[in-house]
Amino acid sequence: MGDHHHGPAKGLSRWLFTTNHKDIGTMYLWFAFAMFLLGGFFAMVIRAELFQPGMQLVEPAFFNQMTTMHGLVMVFGAIMPSFVGLANWLIPMMIGAPDMALPRMNNWSFWILPPAFLLLASTLFMEGGAPAFGWTFYAPLSTTYAPPSVTFFIFCIHILGLSSIMGSINIIATVMNMRAPGMTYMKMPLFVWTWLITAFLLVAVMPVLAGAVTMMLMDVHFGTSFFSAAGGGDPVLFQHVFWFFGHPEVYIIILPAFGVVSQIIPAFSRKPLFGYDSMVYATASIAFLSFIVWAHHMYTVGIPVAGELFFMYATMLIAVPTGVKVFNWVTTMWRGALSFETPMLFSIGFLVLFTLGGFTGLMLSIAPADFQYHDSYFVVAHFHYVMVAGAVFSMTAAVYFWLPKWCGRMYNESMGKTHFWISFIGFNLTFFPQHFVGLAGMPRRIPDYALQFADFNMMSSIGAFIYGASQLLFLYNVIATIVAGKPVSDEKVWDGAEGLEWTVPTPAPYHTFEVPPRIDPAHAHS
Amino acid sequence: MCFEAKPLLKLALAPVLMLLSLSAAAAGGEPNQINMSPGATEVGRQIYDLHMIILWICVVIGIGVFGVMFYSIIYHRKSRGVTPATFHESTKVEILWTVVPFIILIGMAVPATSTLIDIYDNDDAELDVLVTGYQWKWKYEYLDENGENVSFFSNLRTPQSEIYNTADKGEHYLLEVDEPLVLPAGTKVRFLITANDVIHSWWVPELAVKKDAIPGFINETWTRTDQEGIYRGQCAELCGKDHGFMPIVVHVVSKEEYGQWLGEKQAAAAEIKELMAQTFTLDELMERGKAVYERNCLACHGASGEGGVGTAIAGSAIATGDLDGHLDVGINGVPGTAMQAFGAQLNDVDMAAVITYQRNAFGNNMGDAVQPIDVYNHKKG
Repeated sequence: MGDHHHGPAKGLSRWLFTTNHKDIGTMYLWFAFAMFLLGGFFAMVIRAELFQPGMQLVEPAFFNQMTTMHGLVMVFGAIMPSFVGLANWLIPMMIGAPDMALPRMNNWSFWILPPAFLLLASTLFMEGGAPAFGWTFYAPLSTTYAPPSVTFFIFCIHILGLSSIMGSINIIATVMNMRAPGMTYMKMPLFVWTWLITAFLLVAVMPVLAGAVTMMLMDVHFGTSFFSAAGGGDPVLFQHVFWFFGHPEVYIIILPAFGVVSQIIPAFSRKPLFGYDSMVYATASIAFLSFIVWAHHMYTVGIPVAGELFFMYATMLIAVPTGVKVFNWVTTMWRGALSFETPMLFSIGFLVLFTLGGFTGLMLSIAPADFQYHDSYFVVAHFHYVMVAGAVFSMTAAVYFWLPKWCGRMYNESMGKTHFWISFIGFNLTFFPQHFVGLAGMPRRIPDYALQFADFNMMSSIGAFIYGASQLLFLYNVIATIVAGKPVSDEKVWDGAEGLEWTVPTPAPYHTFEVPPRIDPAHAHS
Repeated sequence: MCFEAKPLLKLALAPVLMLLSLSAAAAGGEPNQINMSPGATEVGRQIYDLHMIILWICVVIGIGVFGVMFYSIIYHRKSRGVTPATFHESTKVEILWTVVPFIILIGMAVPATSTLIDIYDNDDAELDVLVTGYQWKWKYEYLDENGENVSFFSNLRTPQSEIYNTADKGEHYLLEVDEPLVLPAGTKVRFLITANDVIHSWWVPELAVKKDAIPGFINETWTRTDQEGIYRGQCAELCGKDHGFMPIVVHVVSKEEYGQWLGEKQAAAAEIKELMAQTFTLDELMERGKAVYERNCLACHGASGEGGVGTAIAGSAIATGDLDGHLDVGINGVPGTAMQAFGAQLNDVDMAAVITYQRNAFGNNMGDAVQPIDVYNHKKG
């Protein structure tokens, strides 16, 4: 099928004008990887400066620019676009649709991203430097006391928000309207489910972020005082608005990751996912709870005790659906027939380390204890366990899992496994000691530290260099696969993989499912 | 020389050590400390106990979950020729592992709630201290019923030479100040916390106090310790360039010693009042001015007035221009920039000295000796 259809256009115009979900998915993934390397480079600067006590390489002001840019680039440039790229490639193929519902908007939502990040990166060369107020950009440090480049930062955030909202509308429209006949909601692969819920979160909270930065713009340029007490405003208002976006945002990052491992663990356990229905309900519960827990990021700003208690209880509740997910994954492995190819290794790595991040998350939810943890390296360790070992590990697993389907070539398995083990060791060497320095009293976002923290910081830096270097091996492996990997032609690349994407030829042709597939009504979800 | 302990070995053993340390918790500030310190207060002890209870619960759950997972990894491998089972749901276990964690959470919430209510009990304080965060220093003001308030700024004492590695780092590198906060032991002290510019956060782990300092708002918190000693902390909220360089040092002393110290501070404040009426020679002003400059101006304007975050003072139009203009910048700051209004931070003697210093150092040679009365008159307009 599909032979009578045109293939991709030739040359640059293929990429510039494409409305093909696979091309756009590919561009998102490469763009995200480029941002991952850029954000990683910023992280290396940070860890190099923190290698020893004392200021060696950079000045404190530049250090703050690095921490800020690292966070912004990783969250908005690497992790979010990478999962959007994955959604583009996979959702149509998983639900038996020929493409995304809104292909031209799809093109635009990708192509406004590179200029936005070019703008953000250009602030590094501006008078007064790049934004230096942290990726959480608390006012008034980000308004009255911000460098002039804050205006460019605000514009960049607006564009990113626009891109995310368009991408989400597209995913919602695709999932709701373009499922193959017989593909009911409760038969959708879990990756599609988690992305559907994520897309609703994005549509709900990106406008809130846009509101926050617009208020900043007004405060900086038009004499308003939203965030300045001197004019009747309130700096804490900023934090409420920011975290009303920010907490759902962290689930926006992690839910698609849940979806990925829910596809991969059953495939390499050769056993269906345990508790599919409860996985869907747990995801929806987490999404709902994410809207009523934001002030747990603000336990120390002085909210009344009743407010603290409400946010503490609500936050603790998140442990229940998250626990259900972890138990389901482990039970999926139980009495399976496991094999440990690279995607499975990264998924197990995810499962172990994300669970550790979940434990520290539970500890952080306890408001009185958070008075000691808050803004210390304990928090830095916690969110890197869920962001890196959670989102990035699962994304890496996804690339190894679906790359053979995408390009019809097999990656080098032993290189993939090497990549996993170096990443795993490097990651833990970087972030495990950060729990200790945090508990011992080291605040986050400082360019220099007291001597008692020296050993663990040195370990952390060594680990970071190892983890960073291992990503170059990943890049090499992916390129080598695309250029000269061993060809595979089985439709089902992995013997345990289930789902419509494994029914199309390998490599996946430019157009798939021009005629919708038939879904056997008796067949369970994939 | 604990710094030379084998770091990798320590890392490998760290999770074990962390668990073992629950009874023998290290006092704060020890090299390679790996756990929270219970500190010197009752609240700190409660927080530490909560922290350890939850850590242990997590450890037990973790052993269960990972135990099952690793059992599967070892025994349910394809390479052992196993046939995979096909089960994929069980309402019974799903309900079980929803309800059991919920009950565990209630068990955690009970002690957490009671500790939180203790932390919020700001009543019946015997002493009030107003803490104000500035970029990048703390100001402490002892609020006195008779209006005899004592106030001072507390600046980082670690010299630039240690930070930039031209001198050996001292024992309390980055955690030392020119003038610590002094508190009486066995007294409930209430802190009123605010900020002058951006948000800061006042954190002393050993006193179990962390509260954000927010410009325009006043937060309350409290501490009480019977243990005399020196407690060190840092600003915990990113507040700009020198966020890492605004430590907190608290000396907790006996009530008698505290009373004596407070008396001396009050006497010194009275002395400054007298000095304000005096006339100084250029040399006296230069000497005093150099010290004031190093504490307050150097971070932004550089050790030789060469500038940095702030403009250069060497050869600047302001420092070599009209005295009134120079006083205006020093006293009122430059709105919309990082140049703060120092009029309220420095007394008139120090202001006169530092202005004199800036006009006669770094190659500037105006030759004028600014007197406290000039500053006073300028403020009066």
